[in-house]
Order: sequence, then C-alpha cells, then structure tokens
Amino acid sequence: MTPTPTSRLLPRDLLRLGALGLRTRRMRAALSVLGIAIGIAALVAVVGISESSRSDLLNQLDSLGTNLLSVAPGQSFAGGEATLPDTARPMIGRITPVREVSEVANLDTTVRRTDYVDENETGGIQVTAVEPGLLETVSGTVAAGTFITPANGAFESVVLGSVAAERLGITDVGTRVYIGNRWFTVVGILEELPLAGDLDRSALVGFPAATRHFGFGERPDTSKIYLRTDPGQVNQVRDVLAATANPDDPSSVDVSRPSDVLEARAAADDALTALFLGLGLVALLVGGIGVANVMVIAVLERRQEIGLRRALGATTRHVGGQFLTESLIMAGLGGLLGVVLGIGVSVAYAAVSGSGILIPAYAPLGGLVAAIGIGAVAGLYPALRAARLSPTDALRGA
Amino acid sequence: MSTPTLELRGVRKVYPGGVEALRGIDLRIDRGELTAIVGPSGSGKTTLLHVMSTLDRPSAGTVMVDGEDASALSEERLAGLRSRRIGFVFQQFFLIDGISAVENVATGLLYHGIPSGERIARATEALDHVGLGHRLDHVPAKLSGGERQRVAIARAIVGRPAIVFADEPTGNLDSRVGTEVMGLLRTLNREGTTMCVITHDRDLADSLPRRVQVRDGQIVGDRRS
Repeated sequence: MTPTPTSRLLPRDLLRLGALGLRTRRMRAALSVLGIAIGIAALVAVVGISESSRSDLLNQLDSLGTNLLSVAPGQSFAGGEATLPDTARPMIGRITPVREVSEVANLDTTVRRTDYVDENETGGIQVTAVEPGLLETVSGTVAAGTFITPANGAFESVVLGSVAAERLGITDVGTRVYIGNRWFTVVGILEELPLAGDLDRSALVGFPAATRHFGFGERPDTSKIYLRTDPGQVNQVRDVLAATANPDDPSSVDVSRPSDVLEARAAADDALTALFLGLGLVALLVGGIGVANVMVIAVLERRQEIGLRRALGATTRHVGGQFLTESLIMAGLGGLLGVVLGIGVSVAYAAVSGSGILIPAYAPLGGLVAAIGIGAVAGLYPALRAARLSPTDALRGA
Repeated sequence: MSTPTLELRGVRKVYPGGVEALRGIDLRIDRGELTAIVGPSGSGKTTLLHVMSTLDRPSAGTVMVDGEDASALSEERLAGLRSRRIGFVFQQFFLIDGISAVENVATGLLYHGIPSGERIARATEALDHVGLGHRLDHVPAKLSGGERQRVAIARAIVGRPAIVFADEPTGNLDSRVGTEVMGLLRTLNREGTTMCVITHDRDLADSLPRRVQVRDGQIVGDRRS
C-alpha cells in the first residue's frame, strides 16, 4: 500500500493559529503589544523629532548659504591686538570668486535710551559702522523700517540688531536713542542674524555718520569684513584670505565661516539623539521580555492543547511554529501601533515647536523590522519548549 | 486474510528508571471491530493506549497501523500517520476554548493541509452525523458535557481514520449521558468505524463485543461475545 502522506499545515492556517492564542487571551496580548509599541514609538519619535529639527537647521543653512566668510584682526605676532590694513577690503574684493564684500567697524561709543542714562550702562550693545550692502551679504532681513542706505547713512540714523532693540526696549521705528552725545533716529530693526550673531547686539550706523561724529573726520578702522564667494570655491578663497587681507602678517588674521557654527549644532544634536535612541532600545528590550514572558506562560497553560494537536497529527515544527507565529503577530502589531504612535508624537512635536516634519523612511521600516526581530527572539525559546514537549506528557497535563 | 487495522507484536515498554509497564503484548484488531481494553489503574492500559496510538514508541516489538510499521517511521511521518489513520477521544474532551464547535471539529483536518472552506464543510457534516447540527456555532463553554464529548467524537471521525481510540470516553459524564455517548460510539462502529475503548469500567467493557483484559503489563484475557 502507499505510505501515509505527511502532515501539512497551510501557511494561512499557521497565521490563523497564531492569532487564535491572542484572541482567547485578549487582555494579556494587548498589554504585551503595548509594551512593544511603547519601545517602537520611542524609537520612531526620537528619530522623527531629531531629523525634523535637524532638517530645519539644514534648511536654514541652505537659505542662509554656506559661502559666507568673515575676516577679522586676531592677535599679532607680538601678542597685542592686530589691526587690518586699509587695503584689506579692496584687496579681498579683487579675489575673483568673491562676489560681495562688506566691512564693519566697531565704534568706541555707547548707545543709550536717553541722555539721562549713565554712560557706562551700555547693556552690552556695540555701536558699529556698516555699509548699505551688509544686510544682503549676511542674508539678513529687517523686521521693521529699512536698513542703512547711502542716503540715511550720512545722517543721524541707526538700525538696531534684534537683541539690541530688545535690550533698549524699542519696538517702533522713529524712536530716538542717544549715541555718544547726540540723538539718532531709529530707522530700522533687524530680524535675528543666524550667521552674524554679534550684529544682533549692535546698533548700526552708516560709515559717513560714523566718520563725521565718532572718527574725528577719519574713516574708523575695520573690525570685520564679511564676504560672499562662489559656493564652489569657498575653500580656495578661504585659503588665500589671510594673506590677501594682511600680506605683511597673515597669521594675525582670523578667518572664519559662520555657517560652521550651525553645522556644529546639527552635529551636536546627533549625540543627544543617540542617547535617546539608546533609551528607546531599552524600552523595546523590556517590551520584548514582556512578550517572551507571556509566551512562556502560554506554553505552560496550553500543554493539553499542545498534546491534543500532536495527537491530531501536528509535527513538532507545527507546534513550535504556532507559538512563534503568535509571538511574531504580537510583536508585529506592537510595531505597527508603535510606528503610528511615534509618527503621531513627531507630528505633534512639530506642530507645537513650529518646525517642519521630516520622518525618514528608515524610522518606521526599521521600527517594524526591529519589532518583528524582537518577536522572533522572544518567541524562540517558548516555541522550542512547546515543540519539545512529548505528546504523552502534554496530554497528561502534569 | 486482509491487513489488520492494528497489530502489536512482542511490544514492551520500559520507562527510564526500570519500570516495565508493558511486558510483551501481542494484539490484533481487525477492521470494523469494537474492542474494549480493560484493566484496573496501574495495569499498563494507558501506556498501551499511548503505544498503540503511536503517541509513544515501544521499547521493543512492532506496532503496525493499517499495515504500516510505526516503529520504522520518522517523527514527521508518524505525525502524518496520526493525522490520517488515527482518531482520538479523550476523557476530558480537550476542546479548544474560544472557537466554535464546528471549528473544533475542523481542527481534526487541520494538519491534512486542506483549505479551511473544505474543512468546515466536512466538519459540519460530521457534527450533523453525531446529532449536533444545531450547535455548530456554539463555543465549548456553552455546551453540556455530553455535547462536548459528541463534538470531540465528531473531531475524531471527521478525517475518516482507520481506527478511533477512546480513552475513558464516559469518565467525565453522568451515567445517563455516558450511555448516550456509548450508544453513539456503537452506532459509528456499526457504520464501519473501527473502535478501541480504553476503560477501567468492567460493566462498560462487558457491554462491548470484544474485551481485552490487561493486568501488570500483560494481556490476561481476550474474549469475544
């Protein structure tokens, strides 16, 4: 006669069997699913929030440009404070890839709300002479009024950086402030300048006015030169800047790239993200242990079902597969729920903080894969125990 | 002569630790028989059931089911043999909670690898056959003891096995319901199902056509009436 066919279990039925154990123990399954979901949600949310804020930073960087360089006098060889020669600005302007140049000069005077305020109460606000083109060079915008122009720069006009305006308590153009020993009219207030933070704390006047009132008729010494280059040639320009600005003493020139600071901030966020990711992984691990725990209990409680299934023709593999599937379904559901929660948290965070939303595809996909991996590991030992149970022992229910 | 449905030759079973539960059993059950294996507790009849039904392997001797030597089969093939050739009815019914009567019966076909629609159709037929056609969608908790055992019997016969082993099938039932269940088993036997009932109940055994008496791991009597 023909040999008896082997036992077969359709894949669909294996799935159904895996779901059966969860259906009959809903509360326990739901709590285990929740454990996994919390871990996955934490991972997805951490990635979502950090990537969103980082992409905001990078977008800002994009719009501000990374081709801004600044040149300032540093320490001279002798140790004293160096100065930039008068030729620095025109020489830098002659470097071919340089598109815009603008210089500023810090003035030895103070800005006060009125002349009754003590001259020493500067509030940390620097008075600086600027050129009309500066605003465009540093990608700044005015919050109110206008910037220094060739016209108003010749007279007693002042534009306040965002911090300076706040410290002086000025919100409207047209207000007067006391600079040195004369009244200036506020013609503009700036938005924050991410690439030129020191100008936020400055009161800006035109060079002609500065020369007339604070330079004893001479153009004040350059404190800093801002320049924009071709985006592709930033490094080449940077390499020759010091020697161009001060050919006699290039080492006394400080050259910097303000966008580096923003990039450093984006990188610093990465370290924090790694920490939170670690915490999320711990949460996921705890969730996985929860699933393993529930599965071990399920195998103990369902010995007789295991014995019955063996009597009905289930192989050890069918029995093990059933419990492994159950664990995988729990973890998979937890993963799905966690991904939804994590995306929800990221979106809520973005809404509250006003940043954009960017959740890289690897976060939800990785979350699901991690959940299923955890489910496989958590279900393996209970599944093996179930499979190894001898049918006669299982039926005895001992 | 035709192939015996079940044949044991020189079967011994020694448990680890040296307890000899079966000491040389020779037994032959032919197609269509209704046999009682009867013996007091500790006689070895449960061990005999396990070995006959291929749930356990003998320490020595051969077990032939429907002409196939079970002792020569791998675990995989043995599982196949159980799923196709052997049906079980247990004292505690062993129905699965949370699924309906008809799904419980369909579980008897689960490891045949046939689609669920066909399983349910055949399970419905089997439940009808044992007189529970009106209880298809009831979960075990909503059924009486007698109804549960009928569901378990339907599950045992749904795959048309060569032999059905019933281990104390009336042990958890009151006598009236027990009599009904035995009546059902007799009917199924008359319709062609080979049955082997394991029991310690002499009266129950005496009501069956063949009685195999087991004591101390040996067959001490085999009578037909």
